[in-house]
Amino acid sequence: MKRRDFIQQASAGTALVTLGSLGLQSFTNKPKTTKVTILHTNDVHSHIDTFGPEDGRNANKGGVARRASLIDSIRKENPNTLLLDAGDIFQGTPYFNYYGGELEFKLMSKLKYDAATIGNHDFDNGIDGLYAQLPHANFQFLSANYDFSNTIMDTHTKPYQIFIKDGIKIGVFGLGIKLDGLVAPKMFKETKYLNPVEISQDMSRILKTEEKCDLVICLSHLGYHYRNSNKISDLSLAKATKDIDLIIGGHTHTFLPKPTVVKNKENKNMLVNQVGCYGINLGKIDFYFDSDKNKSANGTSIIV
Amino acid sequence: MRFTHFFILLYFLTFLNCKHEKSNLYKIEGKQIQVTDSIALDSEIEAFIKPFRDNIQKDLDSTLAYSAGTYSKNDGDFNTAVGNFMADAVYSEANPIFKSRTGKDIDLVLLNHGGIRAPLNKGSVSKRTAFQLMPFENSIVVIALKTSQINSLIDYLLKAKRAHPISKLKLTIDENFNLVDAKIKDEHIKNNHTYYVATSDYLYNGGDNMSFFKPNDSIYRINYKIRNALIDKFNKLDTIKPVIDDRFIQIK
Repeated sequence: MKRRDFIQQASAGTALVTLGSLGLQSFTNKPKTTKVTILHTNDVHSHIDTFGPEDGRNANKGGVARRASLIDSIRKENPNTLLLDAGDIFQGTPYFNYYGGELEFKLMSKLKYDAATIGNHDFDNGIDGLYAQLPHANFQFLSANYDFSNTIMDTHTKPYQIFIKDGIKIGVFGLGIKLDGLVAPKMFKETKYLNPVEISQDMSRILKTEEKCDLVICLSHLGYHYRNSNKISDLSLAKATKDIDLIIGGHTHTFLPKPTVVKNKENKNMLVNQVGCYGINLGKIDFYFDSDKNKSANGTSIIV
Repeated sequence: MRFTHFFILLYFLTFLNCKHEKSNLYKIEGKQIQVTDSIALDSEIEAFIKPFRDNIQKDLDSTLAYSAGTYSKNDGDFNTAVGNFMADAVYSEANPIFKSRTGKDIDLVLLNHGGIRAPLNKGSVSKRTAFQLMPFENSIVVIALKTSQINSLIDYLLKAKRAHPISKLKLTIDENFNLVDAKIKDEHIKNNHTYYVATSDYLYNGGDNMSFFKPNDSIYRINYKIRNALIDKFNKLDTIKPVIDDRFIQIK
């Protein structure tokens, strides 16, 4: 009995020493730096093929097969990559007219999209047409301000999702545009549109305060900005909210020379980005994290 | 002994917690990458798309009818053969649907000249032709307009001096572009009457400054794309031979 106790104590002691040194190592190692890459598209509108050489504005641009190689090379460089789409996946080429969005979803699944939000054109074959294509989508649909509870889409979307990349917690939530006046009511049926500002305030509280995400991203189809209008846009949403690091937008097909740095409600800098349309561009935002507090002591530097 | 295990576990958890130290965001870099032809095609994705593309191309290019000539939207002053074909097709294809749902007939059709996106070329006509003529996803809507709004619609056409495609409406103007005669379905326009005008949802929403559609008594969305009306018309015809006629003319 005594002897067993001794062995037990001895092994416990060894274990402690080993753990202790492991622990010490993890503290004495140089601070860990993690880079999270966010890739994004919006308003691809069924543009699966590259534009032809004859096309006036976009000759030889875009195309899913080229985007696939580009994304692949970025993922090889940084496996901590998320790929997101801000809606209006459907409508724009005969691929949609013939296959109803099947090929769009299958290709996005092959490209390993992580999440997408729902654009107004994604209702172009009705909410039933969208639902019918869901089996082809191997990625999550995010919408926090469409209440689908009285529709066939109920339980097929989530308000937000948390992704973890190398220990970094990334909360992504989705926002859709007001459908009244934009989509025929018989297409969206009983989908309820909820106020995006209020919903975003809830979402950022849940993701930042409760879930303690390191990064909060809003995937929005509200539109970049509306001149002479009170209509809610990504720029006005940014001003009215806090704790969102990046708004990825869509709908207005806005080609920006670079991501826009804007001030949020707390006068903190954040980013709003949109990459035009038709898969001509891929947005890439890199977030650098460090366990060393000193690096971020002077605030976050934004290079665009 | 159990306690020892518990302590080991406790130590383990403490150390694991140390490793879960909060990460601090210190730098953000953002840019946009253009998808150009300098990026290689992913051959697996390309091979996956090919059968879909081939199937669409085969279907888009199979012959539905023959066009007797080449008809461009620049061929006529106030009406064109291709515009007449499109407006007449909207009438003949949409009216049965509208009638079956409402019991009413469409009285006239108005499209816009700018909406004719390509000439109708001589020879084989296919679904691709319809996509070229009408690449947009615009749907046909029927709007109930009062006589006063019909007058605004006619004023618009007189001022526009363009061959906006019309069907079932007949306009004659003099050399000063003043109205000489206006008829709907060969009848003079009645006072205090409601006319059912078929147009595209794009124009209904103010496209080409057509502001006379609103307000209105009612709008009927028949859920039928202009392009599909053209395809259905192609399917019914063997030879397409539209003409410039007297539906909108100027007497000098």
